[in-house]
Amino acid sequence: MRTRIAVAGLAVLFSLAACGANDDPLSKDAGGGSSTSSSTVTIGSANFAESELLAEIYAQALEAKKVQVKRQFNIGARELYLKALQDGSIDLLPEYNGALLSALAKGGAPQGVTTPDQVLAELKKVLPSGTEVLEQSAAEDKDTLTVTSDTATKYNLKTIDDLKPVANQLTIGAGPEWQERYQGLKGLKELYGLQFKTFKPLDAGGPLTVNALVKNQIQVGNIFSTDSSIATNKFVVLDDPKNLYLAENIIPLIRSTSNNPTVSGALNAVSAKLTTENLTTYLAKVQVDKQDTAAVAKAFLSENGLS
Amino acid sequence: MSSYLSNNWDTILTALRQHIWLALVPVVLGFVIALPIGYLGVRFPRLYHPLVNVCGVLYSIPSLALFVFLPVLLGTKILSPLNIVVALTIYTVALLSRTVADGLRSVDPLVVESATAMGYRRLRRLVDVQLPVALPVILAGLRVATVANISLVSVGALIGVGGLGQLFTRGFQLFYLEPIIVGIVLSVALAGIADLTIVLIQRWITPWTRFQGRTA
Amino acid sequence: MNLNYLFDPAHWNLEDGSIPLLILSHLWYVVLALIIGTIIALPIGLYIGHTGRGSFLAINAGNAGRSLPTLGLLMLMVTLLGLGLTPVLIALTVLVIPPILTSAYAGMRSLDPRVVDAARGMGMRPWQVLTKVELPMALPVLISGFRSAALQVVATATVAAAVGLNGLGRLLIDGLAVNDYSRVLAGAIVVAVLAVLLDLVLALAQRWIVSPGLR
Repeated sequence: MRTRIAVAGLAVLFSLAACGANDDPLSKDAGGGSSTSSSTVTIGSANFAESELLAEIYAQALEAKKVQVKRQFNIGARELYLKALQDGSIDLLPEYNGALLSALAKGGAPQGVTTPDQVLAELKKVLPSGTEVLEQSAAEDKDTLTVTSDTATKYNLKTIDDLKPVANQLTIGAGPEWQERYQGLKGLKELYGLQFKTFKPLDAGGPLTVNALVKNQIQVGNIFSTDSSIATNKFVVLDDPKNLYLAENIIPLIRSTSNNPTVSGALNAVSAKLTTENLTTYLAKVQVDKQDTAAVAKAFLSENGLS
Repeated sequence: MSSYLSNNWDTILTALRQHIWLALVPVVLGFVIALPIGYLGVRFPRLYHPLVNVCGVLYSIPSLALFVFLPVLLGTKILSPLNIVVALTIYTVALLSRTVADGLRSVDPLVVESATAMGYRRLRRLVDVQLPVALPVILAGLRVATVANISLVSVGALIGVGGLGQLFTRGFQLFYLEPIIVGIVLSVALAGIADLTIVLIQRWITPWTRFQGRTA
Repeated sequence: MNLNYLFDPAHWNLEDGSIPLLILSHLWYVVLALIIGTIIALPIGLYIGHTGRGSFLAINAGNAGRSLPTLGLLMLMVTLLGLGLTPVLIALTVLVIPPILTSAYAGMRSLDPRVVDAARGMGMRPWQVLTKVELPMALPVLISGFRSAALQVVATATVAAAVGLNGLGRLLIDGLAVNDYSRVLAGAIVVAVLAVLLDLVLALAQRWIVSPGLR
């Protein structure tokens, strides 16, 4: 009876060990730490489809150059994944220059900084130590305030300014991080004087927000400008005359320890090929056609001569 | 569905393997830790009620909160799977300490007395008599802990480490059913297999229970 | 990590998103799920326990139900049904059904068959046997199952916030999104305290409901 218990116990341990032999998440290599212990580049992404697609494009571009990569996608909002980057859990991720600048600069992005080059110059001043950005792409994906065409007609909305007289009757939906961000409720209040009836914390421009807009559970939603749901649902994107939302060019953010000519060469080549148009097209393949992210990334790279 | 499966086979397998690890390592660790704690709750009866209460409170801490705090408390990296493992180990210990104590308490005092009369000393009496008699109850608790862990791992996906839970968040972000369904089916199947395995182990190492009709 | 968020009076007023309102919405999900779950599970459990038919189902319902990942189920339901209370209630109800069903069954099975025979011998009708003898005697086991269901659902109802609803999960999800650990801690503490209080209330109710003869 005691031998049986011992045998059973050992069998359980062995089968666990066998199961994890190839991919032991408890080994020191897992969950990051790779940046210092080996040449593997751990790539992270935020918790929305476009970020994951871009991260996958980076991953395959690096793999094509024989760089070892590890995928650690879908981490969360910027507030969370920047921490992961700083503690070495991840080494690289796709970022948006304006949003990143606003998050890093004390008191938000400086006044008058709106063009891609201005944003990049300011961004380089405030990057956390040990991290750097590579070349930014022409592709932009901005935060927007978006409404349904019904809402736009009803209140005669074209710009964010037009919301001012009616905001107190409207519910706005966005990722929970909007409660604290300058490029969220704070900026809307300070810059445009908007005070919405309620804020509904949903997701970062994802299906919850789209769904809530369609069902009129929210009237104003934060949708990303490249999102195919805007066209699909005939949403109206409100103009931003006061430039609350800065340039949002896609840019690789990397830990300096992982940066080397091979890596930067591969990623800069990706940035050179990325445009708002092709990003929108490829993102629609993921969002609308439900194609696999890896397959879409592969198609992007081969069609742009990068694989 | 089939095209989803064939296109994402590697992702699914990786998620599954991570899920198995994240769920089962805590079961083993938690079991080993819970044995002495549960024993203390029986050896010193005054500790029993505090033990039950502390376990109850520990179990009611939301898993997401625990996943988030552990890096702060342990100094681990925020994406380290260790956070999930430690959190689930805490739940397992909370669940099993009580079961171990209850199991040992359920041993007929007459049996313990006879063992003492036969000259068994405390440790040998515990290992050779009390534990085996308590095993059916303890293993029933182990089944609960294992199945609960397998289902809890997926919450980790909200912070980027969650085995099959990553299939849920992916499907959810695209409003796409296939990954979610595959994740649920695999998670349930995994729990079923783990549960069945424990039942089989139980039958094998406690053959006497087979003759009592119902197992615990 | 500190307790500032929890003890800031501004978070205890009755404005949108304040802790008292989140507690209310949290309790609302919990109570609804428990009521719906009981309505579904109790009759089935009692029937199986009473007749002995379908015991296999009752014994295994517990672990089968526990094995359904609530987060996945919730995301599945939201994807199918859209945003709202219904998907959350479905996911939470699925969580509470197994322990209630299993304990109703176990409670009925734990009865001494001679007691039931005696009741019949006294001329009680089946309905009377059920309501006057079997149900009261099964109550202790039944309520303990209900208590464990309640504890589980209090902690799990936090996932509602992951799909845009309220409840105390808001403090966890929002705290995480804006990197405010003080808020996450506040959420965890309030949930744990709520669970303990609820369990205490149910324990008192148990004393009050269960016949003194069974203690």
